[in-house]
Amino acid sequence: MAAPNGWRLAVVVVVGLVFVVGPLLFSSYWVGLLTQMVILAILAMSLDILLGYTGLPSLGHAAFFGVAAYAVAVLATAYGAGFWACVAGGILIGTLLSAAFGLIVSHVRDVYFLMITLALGMVLWGLSYRWIPVTGGDNGISGIPRLEAHAGLPFAGPVPFYYVTLLVFCACAGLMALLVRSPFGLTLRGIRENEGRMKSLGFNTWLHCYLSYVIAGAFASVSGVVWAYYNGFVSPTYLDLTASSELFLMVTLGGPATLIGPVLGAGTIVLLKNVMSAYTARWLLILGIVYIVTILAAPQGVWNLGRRRSG
Amino acid sequence: MTYLITQTLNGLFSAALLFLIASGLTLAFGVMKIVNIAHGSFYMLGVYVAYSVILRTQSLLLGALVAIAVVAAVGFVMQRFFLRRFGSDPLPQMMMTMGFALLFRDGALMIWGGDPFTLQYPPGLSGSMEAGEVVFPLYRLFVIVVAALVGVALWIVNEKTLVGARLRATVDDPEMAAATGINVARLSGLVFAAGAGLAAFGGVMGGPILGGYAGIDFDLLPLAFVVVIIGGMGSLKGALIGSVVVGMIDNFGKALVPELSYFTLFAPMVVVLAIKPTGLYGRA
Repeated sequence: MAAPNGWRLAVVVVVGLVFVVGPLLFSSYWVGLLTQMVILAILAMSLDILLGYTGLPSLGHAAFFGVAAYAVAVLATAYGAGFWACVAGGILIGTLLSAAFGLIVSHVRDVYFLMITLALGMVLWGLSYRWIPVTGGDNGISGIPRLEAHAGLPFAGPVPFYYVTLLVFCACAGLMALLVRSPFGLTLRGIRENEGRMKSLGFNTWLHCYLSYVIAGAFASVSGVVWAYYNGFVSPTYLDLTASSELFLMVTLGGPATLIGPVLGAGTIVLLKNVMSAYTARWLLILGIVYIVTILAAPQGVWNLGRRRSG
Repeated sequence: MTYLITQTLNGLFSAALLFLIASGLTLAFGVMKIVNIAHGSFYMLGVYVAYSVILRTQSLLLGALVAIAVVAAVGFVMQRFFLRRFGSDPLPQMMMTMGFALLFRDGALMIWGGDPFTLQYPPGLSGSMEAGEVVFPLYRLFVIVVAALVGVALWIVNEKTLVGARLRATVDDPEMAAATGINVARLSGLVFAAGAGLAAFGGVMGGPILGGYAGIDFDLLPLAFVVVIIGGMGSLKGALIGSVVVGMIDNFGKALVPELSYFTLFAPMVVVLAIKPTGLYGRA
């Protein structure tokens, strides 16, 4: 991640300002959108660790987000669990799941990785859709308590919720930025560039890929937990292929292996989705065109425009 | 026993449809290293186009032929103008097909609306056949037979013709194949278009039973992927065996443990991946 310069610096400052002071000025509709952007930004960054830094293209990453959200919903509604139990349960279940899946996928690469994560993600989607006694099937689960009430916070409303989300975002972003600059993160990049060479240098590349997968799953679970509280409702649409590939688009559109790019990508997609769907029912058509144009015009992402891939 | 035979035949019917879809997917993968998210859309477009043609002409055969031709042409254009430029770089190709999958889905919704429908049965095939206590719909048997014929035809093309030899060479090693003078780009276009046409044909064959509805594309896609993963990417034989395995498991799973029907697909995939990551007949 090179230091921002020129227009990149301007973008960071403007977006940062909007994220920090925006909610104090905007209407509650826009505060809601900003909250969505920030939560999905965590998710997009977590995929960036896998896709951008490790070079493992996961097409089932939304599954961990969805499973964590479901865990919160089930714990809170069916078992009446407290706030911390829900948070810990959501993150733990999502992470354990990624630890289990990681065992299956960590020895495959490239297009095989893509196919297998896709199939695993679809399996979880199928489970959320058909395992009606637990997940409520197509109806999803509603009635997740408000964060403020559940956690016993002294304040309530969308703006405080937004700032709680922003805090979580900053913590996650900080941790991920540290991670990708650490020796561990550098090793991941090495594996992305030339796994055979890393192997012959004595690195356990399987273990690195596995850990990268689990870490990405853990951060995705965090964003899933926050999303469950934000939305108060979970449904199988969070786990489906469209969700995973939208996530993929956020990272690709913004610029893989930059962390900032996926944040911008997440913001752009949330914004587009909500603004466009206010004007037209043909939102999917437009999203399809966004995919095609992105790949044709900026295959390395907007943040990487005009420079060589810095990694 | 009756139950077992009926369910087995049902499983074979699913396997027949899956084979029609997955054979194109696996060949396109073998040649282009492409994960084609739009492959389920080809199936969907096949049903919809056939539906429109049959509504106007009352001819099932014409409906099937037009559906195959139109969808194969769509596949060819997609490959020629949007996928070929990426060589065999899987990520941009996958994103591109995802974009097209969304375009097709919304386009179909715009043109044909969201109401589910089924195609009519071919004349004489709407009844059922009785053998002792087993009662089985004739049409399902018909689909099984047709898919078997398609399988044989594909096998002959693949093993006994020049195109098949080029195809196998390209699946094995695209660079060496190109070096020997095989036009890999044109072959890719051909395979992609043929795969799209086959999926559309699958849609027409499945039409009287599964019908067409919004979302059928993404309902079938994971099944087709599981078939390809189990069978091995790029292998026709693998697609055949994978289809039978997945068709059977899906049917018995749905009948025995309906809540876990998707989950029951997962077990064989994990077993296969644990033993052989490239699938039963795939090559690394």
